Amino acid sequence: MAGGFSSRGFHGRRQTPEDAKRLPPGQYLTTDFPVLSAGPTPHTPEVSWDFAVLGAVETPQRWTWAEFRALPREPITADIHCVTKWSKFNTRWEGVALDTLLAAATPQGGYLLAFCDGGYTTNLPLADVLNHRAWIVDTYDGTPLPPEHGGPTRLLVPHLYFWKSAKWVRGLRVVSEDEPGFWEEYGYHNYGDPWKEQRYQGD
Amino acid sequence: MERTALPGRLAWQSARVLAVVDETPHVKSLELDVPGWTGHLAGQHVDVRLTAEDGYQAERSYSIASPPEARQLTLTVERLDDGEVSPYLTDGLQLGDQLELRGPIGGYFTWHVAQGGPLLLIAGGSGIVPLMAMLRHRAAQHSVVPTRLLYSSRAFDEIVYGAELARLTAVDPTLIVTHTLTRRQPPNWSAYARRIDRAMLEAVVWPASAQPLAFVCGPTALVETVASALVNLGHDPQRVKTERFGPGGRAP
Repeated sequence: MAGGFSSRGFHGRRQTPEDAKRLPPGQYLTTDFPVLSAGPTPHTPEVSWDFAVLGAVETPQRWTWAEFRALPREPITADIHCVTKWSKFNTRWEGVALDTLLAAATPQGGYLLAFCDGGYTTNLPLADVLNHRAWIVDTYDGTPLPPEHGGPTRLLVPHLYFWKSAKWVRGLRVVSEDEPGFWEEYGYHNYGDPWKEQRYQGD
Repeated sequence: MERTALPGRLAWQSARVLAVVDETPHVKSLELDVPGWTGHLAGQHVDVRLTAEDGYQAERSYSIASPPEARQLTLTVERLDDGEVSPYLTDGLQLGDQLELRGPIGGYFTWHVAQGGPLLLIAGGSGIVPLMAMLRHRAAQHSVVPTRLLYSSRAFDEIVYGAELARLTAVDPTLIVTHTLTRRQPPNWSAYARRIDRAMLEAVVWPASAQPLAFVCGPTALVETVASALVNLGHDPQRVKTERFGPGGRAP
């Protein structure tokens, strides 16, 4: 758009300088935790839940709920940024780092496709989920993750737009060639860096 | 499953306000002239960007109310009293004002007559907006795909597009609209007067064996209740598409 455009009579609501620095472009701060998903909330009982790492790996892995809960856990505090424009600061989670899950399988490819109950998928470069930048979380704010927020487990990748933090995640497929996931097929950005405002294809 | 490729970058476009229409005390429709608009599917939305004189910007998403067949692009906006953007759109805009927007966005929560039906639409409050685009598209195409809308509003004067829905049903026996008013009902109100629940769905919607294609849009509590109940009634979760209007807005 040509420089100099302004919306007649619009003043807007300024954040504090500290908050403004933490907000990616085009985002606003909320204290709520909005729920967004494309279909009904799945309800998978713990007895039939498992988590898999498969595809281009040396040793495919599968954990039952009890086995998953026994893996080394980490607390995470992170700011999250939804492509629908809201951001939320200091969200608190607990879960298992993807480093732990992937090390057990030894990936042979450079990309992941996370798959979920309900059929949702999202894609990520392997490099983005290592070094304690991504987790499978089962706890939000000290309590079990509610189903509408992705429980029993969701992916948490706070440095990318939140649609990458797939709800109801059941496994990771390691692949050699990057392939788009659900929203990525519908025109959302393949990578989704909020600081570069990569909301949609071509951004 | 239909996929919608969005070629290239979605550029910000200039839109001019042609009309501001009162829909309810809290809801207005903005009729916009968007030169170069390349079209959309019923159910899609746009990002709107406002810029203050000092360069400060705020962005939000709004559903498109107009069908692909319309010459103008219509957005229907609910005023959120503590909102940063919606009060400006509903009360601050004048005819001829410019807005910046980009879109269309979202290709999953969309319906085209070629997808067929039966078409099951369930709305809460301003969640009617993307579903109205589908009904207007259906009417513009003279489609007779069997269609049912179950629409929950707080009160009679908060029903968005009430008169237009009545006009559509009056001339189209293949369209059935059922209202429920959850807080206040006028005297002699004979339709539902409670939140949508499983019993209401069983009475109003097709059985799962009819395999309707369902679109559910509204506040999270309504969407959770309706989508879960439809699945429990045997509907295929893959044929139940949802969009939730939290404070955050639209899909994903």
